[in-house]
Amino acid sequence: MDHQNNKQHYNFAFLDEGAKREIRRSILKAVAIPGYQVPFGSRELPIGRGWGTGGLQITLSIIGKKDILKVIDQGSDDSVNAVSIRKLVTATTGVQTTTDTGCATIIQSRHRVPENKMRNDQIMVLQVPNPEPLRSVSPKEVVSRTLHSEAEYSGIWLRLYEGIIKYGHTVSGADHPVMVEDRYVMNPSPIPKFDNPKLHQSDCLYLFGAGREKKIYAVPPYTEVVSLAYEDYPFAVEDMTGRVCKLCGAENVYFDEIFDSSTGEHYFQCSDSGFCARRRGKIGGN
Amino acid sequence: MAYVAVSGGQEAIEESIKLLKYYRTDGESDIEIDAIKDKMKLLIDRVISEAGLYAPDYAALALKQCEGSLEEAVFILRAYRSTLTRNHYCNTMNSVDMRIIRRISAAFKDIPGGQVLGPSYDYVHRLLDFGIPDEDKEEIEAWRTEFEKNQQAEEVYKFHRVSDLLRDEDLLEEVPENKKKPYDVTVNKLPLPAPRSARLQTLARADTGYVSGLAYSSLRGFGSVHPTVGELRTGWLSVEVPYLLQEGQEIFVGEVLVTEVESFVSASKTTKKEHDEMKVGVGYGCVFGRNETKAIAISILDSALRANGDSPVNDEEFVLLHGDCLEMNGFLSHLKLPHYVTFQSKLDQLRKKKEG
Repeated sequence: MDHQNNKQHYNFAFLDEGAKREIRRSILKAVAIPGYQVPFGSRELPIGRGWGTGGLQITLSIIGKKDILKVIDQGSDDSVNAVSIRKLVTATTGVQTTTDTGCATIIQSRHRVPENKMRNDQIMVLQVPNPEPLRSVSPKEVVSRTLHSEAEYSGIWLRLYEGIIKYGHTVSGADHPVMVEDRYVMNPSPIPKFDNPKLHQSDCLYLFGAGREKKIYAVPPYTEVVSLAYEDYPFAVEDMTGRVCKLCGAENVYFDEIFDSSTGEHYFQCSDSGFCARRRGKIGGN
Repeated sequence: MAYVAVSGGQEAIEESIKLLKYYRTDGESDIEIDAIKDKMKLLIDRVISEAGLYAPDYAALALKQCEGSLEEAVFILRAYRSTLTRNHYCNTMNSVDMRIIRRISAAFKDIPGGQVLGPSYDYVHRLLDFGIPDEDKEEIEAWRTEFEKNQQAEEVYKFHRVSDLLRDEDLLEEVPENKKKPYDVTVNKLPLPAPRSARLQTLARADTGYVSGLAYSSLRGFGSVHPTVGELRTGWLSVEVPYLLQEGQEIFVGEVLVTEVESFVSASKTTKKEHDEMKVGVGYGCVFGRNETKAIAISILDSALRANGDSPVNDEEFVLLHGDCLEMNGFLSHLKLPHYVTFQSKLDQLRKKKEG
């Protein structure tokens, strides 16, 4: 993956212009029908399929020379996959990157939405492993597509109900399904439930890309996004009360739980590394 | 300690990449890219077939780059392929025009044009040859010169399809000719249900082991397709693209080596009489390079997907969505990525249950 030392010349943002245009058209369609999964001709990339190629294709298709990119994985700028994706995008575009959420125009992420409130001039790109909320209802695409077209989501409601009956509370974890604009049930990608409310009436555009499953979908700004729940068992995010970040002292954010095997210590730190670094006055880009 | 929680991950990654280069360049003797291309022909054929990119030189380079890993080489070529603009679609090729190197039929002993065995491992004993390490370069050269002298000048002969024999006798299942443009799964999502062209393309690019295993399951009993290889042919096909400036003209752009199989299965035709009429159905498979097992496997799956049944091979979504080398290996290897956030969310649920 040593693009800088490679004599091969690559097109701006790797993909050929035709492919990028095609992906942008799919994105436009996705924005026009919030929550609807638009099939697209997903291209192969030098990054592993299932490692964020859907999000990456979106980023590569929308990025321009003046954009400032932030890439995070599980909230962290420094995680292996974030580093690898950032390296590929910069090697083929030369765009500026940052770890500061506020400075970025495009943020590509896996499994997290940043703690800072996103603005209207920012685009949030989320990587999606399983775009289909109905997959647990039926393994078949033909079936799930029909169910979507008929807005027949009782299978998902039943699954939530069964969890409550069996365990006494909602058992879903990350990727808790949401109802978008009262029409399509959508997987928000495996963000924790903690991040689900950020999608509702947000200022920024959310784009979701599933490379292996070849689907793109979107939540445009100011869209109704409601996490599925029963009235008597309301939706609840992961409980972070009583936790404090060991590094910056933040509360009421999403935490990584850390076990130090050498000292046996057990502590928390912000999952959003950019947020944490900023609070500690340590932030930078390049 | 976790590689997210600790910073400095980037440095560690760079060291890992250095170590990888150290492994790749290991050993006293180097291997030339040309040598990989010439001496590892069948490996190259697998790579170009699964990559869906006919580029033997780049396949050899990719193999050198990744210590000979098949899945990595396919991965690199597929990624490279994404950078290329699709300028043309070639004209339809007819394998009757194939410059044959091998052509056999298991259905008929005597076929018009005869059986051409060609180069095949089918007829050798698979005994480890301890003579190869001592092979003398000059001796080999002399042997090759002698061999070439004795080879007959290549006969230009049109080999008609074995299935034509059956068609002439009206024994073949009638399949209406499909004049529709073939579907291209490399620029569109596979539609479901999938047209046959999309199925055959998906299978041609699929992992060899995967399609072979599935076809084997059908042969063993999880399915009802037990075919006879009507014809297997390997040879060179001319690739021609339409000449834009003059209609009806074409430009020759090169040759590709392919293996094509037509396998015969039993089929029936509904008649107005008391009994249905027995017919011969044809399953089709075609792949880049010399990869006979894969071509046969595809022909079996082609038949199985058109047959009714409850076996895995009869299920189009099962067969077509799980055999792509990049997709399956990519998703399996993603399990190595950190899942701290998702696992934390899971833990939250477990703890809630405990409290409750």
